[in-house]
Amino acid sequence: MSKDGPVLAADGRPLKHSLRRALRAEKMRALALIAPLLIFILITFIAPIGSMLFRSVENEIVPDTLPRATKALQGWDQSAGIPPDEDIFAAMAYDLVIAAERKLHTRLGTRLNYEYTGISSIFRKTGRRVDDFGEAYQDALTGLNPAWKSPGTWVSLMTAPDERARPGAAAELLPETSDLYQSFARLVRDEGDDLSEERPWAPVYAALVRDLRQTDQAVLESYSGPQAALLSEAKAALPDFPVTTFREEFLTADEGWADPQVWATIQAFSGDYTSGYFLNSVDLRKTPDGVAPQPEDERIYIMLFKRTLIMSMIIMGSCVLLGYPIAYLLSNLPLRTSNLLLILVLLPFWTSLLVRTSSWKVLLQQQGVINDVLVWSGLISDAGRLVMINNQTGTIIAMTHILLPFMILPLYSVMKTIPPTYVRAAKSLGATNWTAFWRVYFPQSVPGIGAGCILVFILAIGYYITPELVGGTKGVFISNRIAYHISSSLNWGLAAALGSILLAAVLILYWVYDRLVGIDNVSLG
Amino acid sequence: MTEADAGFVVFDRVQKSYDGETLVVKDLNLSIGKGEFLTMLGPSGSGKTTCLMMLAGFESATHGEILLDGHPINNIPPHKRGIGMVFQNYALFPHMTVAENLAFPLEVRKIGKSEREAKVKRALEMVQMGAFGGRRPAQLSGGQQQRIALARALVFEPELVLMDEPLGALDKQLREHMQFEITRLAHSLGITTVYVTHDQTEALTMSDRVAVFDDGRIQQLAPPDLLYEAPENSFVAQFIGENNTLEGTVENITDGVAVVRLDDGELIDAKPVNVSKPGERTLVSIRPERVEIDKSRLSPGVHTVHAEVLEFIYMGDIYRTRLRVAGNEDFVIKTRNAPDQRRLRPGEHIEIGWLPEDCRALDA
Repeated sequence: MSKDGPVLAADGRPLKHSLRRALRAEKMRALALIAPLLIFILITFIAPIGSMLFRSVENEIVPDTLPRATKALQGWDQSAGIPPDEDIFAAMAYDLVIAAERKLHTRLGTRLNYEYTGISSIFRKTGRRVDDFGEAYQDALTGLNPAWKSPGTWVSLMTAPDERARPGAAAELLPETSDLYQSFARLVRDEGDDLSEERPWAPVYAALVRDLRQTDQAVLESYSGPQAALLSEAKAALPDFPVTTFREEFLTADEGWADPQVWATIQAFSGDYTSGYFLNSVDLRKTPDGVAPQPEDERIYIMLFKRTLIMSMIIMGSCVLLGYPIAYLLSNLPLRTSNLLLILVLLPFWTSLLVRTSSWKVLLQQQGVINDVLVWSGLISDAGRLVMINNQTGTIIAMTHILLPFMILPLYSVMKTIPPTYVRAAKSLGATNWTAFWRVYFPQSVPGIGAGCILVFILAIGYYITPELVGGTKGVFISNRIAYHISSSLNWGLAAALGSILLAAVLILYWVYDRLVGIDNVSLG
Repeated sequence: MTEADAGFVVFDRVQKSYDGETLVVKDLNLSIGKGEFLTMLGPSGSGKTTCLMMLAGFESATHGEILLDGHPINNIPPHKRGIGMVFQNYALFPHMTVAENLAFPLEVRKIGKSEREAKVKRALEMVQMGAFGGRRPAQLSGGQQQRIALARALVFEPELVLMDEPLGALDKQLREHMQFEITRLAHSLGITTVYVTHDQTEALTMSDRVAVFDDGRIQQLAPPDLLYEAPENSFVAQFIGENNTLEGTVENITDGVAVVRLDDGELIDAKPVNVSKPGERTLVSIRPERVEIDKSRLSPGVHTVHAEVLEFIYMGDIYRTRLRVAGNEDFVIKTRNAPDQRRLRPGEHIEIGWLPEDCRALDA
């Protein structure tokens, strides 16, 4: 073996290599042992949370449902303060008719309504009528030549003769019509119907008229594909057709389309991703003019976040104050007695959380047990009954009670490991009872306090049921708002954004705690 | 120990009971002189640690009085007694450095910073740990922690130091070294030391006097050599050192020599200690190294006993031979490994004897 070469095993291979091989089997076995749990957690926990958090920035519904309109709106200058021109209305009409047929327009309306109140009803109303947009042109064309009534005419005009899924020869000549007809054809096929038996929607006729108006006479004459004669006939008759615009049709359906703010909102939220939910979570909103604060009466989230943090800290503090003496007593009693008392500490876990919270309602309400006793004993007058529920006091009392075991248990298990000789030693060295406790016992119980505080704080910050039941309006937490958005308003994006902020807040506090106390100083026993 | 110093610590008819039914300490009377190194030795449950805890103030005496330097201390809380104490597991505060541990007793006594630092430094140097002031207890070996615990108990210059099995957790070599170190320190500083142990070697090598505890009582209080060579009862004889016992009945007592008839009929000579008249049952006790296998070295006329060699063990400096004597198969003798020494072989039959004063006839 050379002096500075790698150490070799008996068979001449590098020792490190041999060692790795020897340890591989062990590592694989260890991995196999944790694999079931790991997979379970990945599938049921990490992945759903990841997808939920992703919703806080995801905005694909707008560009996916309105591909033409969002593209057309890119060039629109919203600062002029006027609604966009006819081309954009046309693009919106094409998108909406497809969305309405696929029943996506109400979902889109709900999504955009988060950003600009009223859009939801505009979309709903328009969606009901959009398949009649351009009916005047449909009537004019079919009146000109009944062949336009026949689905076959459209099939031969718009699809390739050998492969109906492909655009036909007229695609270049009639781009808008072809584009819309392809979407129509896809929808018909998706529903399992025969394309040659389905007449296109009215907007397809309107698109044809728009295309024919754009097309030069010469270009049309050079076209020799199917239905060339029909197209020439229609082109010739164009000046006699009634003149309507999509813009008028939209405004007839709903006046709201005249509001440039509607269009500006759609433009602002036309990207695949958005910061809108996060801005909403901190009482800001994305306006066409940039980020702006929410109106005064809609700012609730910052206040709720602050309240959640402050109340969680108060609850944590009360748990320390109440739990420390109990844990101290438990750890200094003979084992038989302390086990019995420990069972009493754990007793609440055997009762449903709902039952415990509800019993606090019974105790704390104005006609409840505590008030009755206080009135009976003359401490308060009947008129001066204390308000202890449906406010912050109620939440703090009930949650302190419910979370107390999570403080006592880590404290107890840490205190159990502090030998009584330390305090004895301190006293033998001349320390009074208080000095011995404060200088010697207490510092050694700090890891338990740390563990209990982290446990209680993190549980409290995400608590939902108790604030919901006893918190009233003044005592609810941010989690109640998240639950509201998940289950009632169905604004999952905002719920996800609020949840992400909460998660980030916990992680930041954890980091701060680590810097201040040191996470090595946390012990569960 | 001079007469004037006698009674620095006094236990006066002290009793202790935890449950009100049994006495853990029964009528303890003990006087410890100033500067004395006294060891409380006994099996576990004998009451020795309870006595120490009563002295330290962590347990209260159920009855009787404990005096320190002439003043009763029964009602003085531990932190006002000014007694240094070394605990079994050292009890060094894990969240403080070594220097902070040592400064603790000085801080609570409100001693100024510069004086404190000087005293800590001196105490650390006293136990040869001067370079370790900044370390945490967990970073020290067992022996080093032991030294720090000792220094902490001494740093505030108490006149009395209590040690509760302080060397129990150390390995044999370190323990022997620390035994020497503790006695050296105790004597050079002139402090009174009460030391509790169940290790009799420790008690014999370190102490001025040893109090052997059993069943809540002091069985014997004597300097180590007397304790070993002149045990006053069979418990002390068996507890201290290795010991052979033979049962028998006193035949007669003449001129301070008792003739004892063993249960198999053989006669031996013994020194009467706890027996006074013929016919009494007795347990005779003899140390393994005082048994003579060479008949020519015994004084003429003494009784000898028949023995059969069962086992011979070579132990380096000595030979250890197990014999069957008067039905007792655990009769052990130790002989020095010398050039002229015989090595007995198992199965050999020999005659053994001893000087009458080496064999003590004790209570049965």
